[in-house]
Amino acid sequence: MRLTEGQAGARVLAFGGYQPARVVTNDELSKTVDTNDEWIRSRVGIASRRIAAPDETVTDMAVQAGGKALAGSGLSAGDVDLVIVATCTPEVQIPNVAASVARRLGIVAPGAYDLNAACAGFCYALANAADAVRTGTARNVLVIGAEKLSQWVDWTDRATCIIFADGAGAAIVGPVADASDAPGIGPVHWGSDGDLADKIYIADRNSFIFQEGQAVFRWTTSALVPIALKACEKAGVDPTELAAFIPHQANLRIVEAIARKLGAPQAVVAQDIVHAGNTSSASIPLALSRMMERGEVASGSKALLLGFGAGMCYAAQVITVP
Amino acid sequence: MAMTEQEILEGLGEIIDEVAGVPADQVTPDKTFVDDLDIDSLSMVEIAVAAQDKFGVEIPDDQLKDLKTVQDVIDYVRRAEVSA
Repeated sequence: MRLTEGQAGARVLAFGGYQPARVVTNDELSKTVDTNDEWIRSRVGIASRRIAAPDETVTDMAVQAGGKALAGSGLSAGDVDLVIVATCTPEVQIPNVAASVARRLGIVAPGAYDLNAACAGFCYALANAADAVRTGTARNVLVIGAEKLSQWVDWTDRATCIIFADGAGAAIVGPVADASDAPGIGPVHWGSDGDLADKIYIADRNSFIFQEGQAVFRWTTSALVPIALKACEKAGVDPTELAAFIPHQANLRIVEAIARKLGAPQAVVAQDIVHAGNTSSASIPLALSRMMERGEVASGSKALLLGFGAGMCYAAQVITVP
Repeated sequence: MAMTEQEILEGLGEIIDEVAGVPADQVTPDKTFVDDLDIDSLSMVEIAVAAQDKFGVEIPDDQLKDLKTVQDVIDYVRRAEVSA
């Protein structure tokens, strides 16, 4: 039996992000649930979030973000032969989001699958994409994180409706330009802790997101720093070399607590949650694409991505910013 | 060897300074976390996580809510050390 011929390394060619138009402020939420702007800002760090229109789907948002990443990469749709969509909120179970996105972007007959690792999904998908390029099972991969969490939130539950939001982020992954170039996507460090599966869940198809906030906060502030450092170690990158740290935008307090302990003084820390809310698998590519647009991270610099969420699933990798 | 109250107090002062930005010299045994030091429940969790690293004593969430003052934490750590 023969094996495919792979590539020396994979890299991200471009990122793209999409946010729905509707802005929901804390003041607006305080009219329907017992909360207020000051409390939300101090506890989760969110000032406003974006919520998709009733008829705007996960696929719609994924197409927007994916189209931007594809345009930014300089590739054409015909160059992409694998589409992976990380999502935990598809409107339907079949068909998957990935195949529909591919069709709407003119990507013909790619491998296409959805992946659910909750808020860690994008980092899982990015690792899958990098491995596919390295092993030669794909040439170029469109990786998307897209979520419409608003349809799984109880808008009368002040513990969750202030946090979760909608959006999409995407990346194009391809081979390094020259075989002698250093890889642009480091080894993933991933795992899960099923003992804590009852801390964030949706009980059934008629239920909403439940989260035991304090237990999740404890896990994130104790377990994740060693995971992030392990990803740096696997990539051979010292945290002091990092120009950016993009953790999943779960809660600004979590972001700050991890960043404080990471030992990466030069790193710009993503704080996209302030105006995006928690968009689960979309949050990392969405945050990074916006940081790149604002010129906060230079092309060629090293960034650490850290996804974590229900499961509890986690994945981290160092990348070179395209 | 078990730590003295003073050693635990100093350790707690360092933790609270780092987690909540409250200067260590303001962390005295009689202070309450919420009213005197302006520390909320999420910061209390961070303090518990840091205390576990520093003192080797786990403070679970259901115990944490009963620890109202700095002295309560000192007593909890000392009791846990004795029973360990």
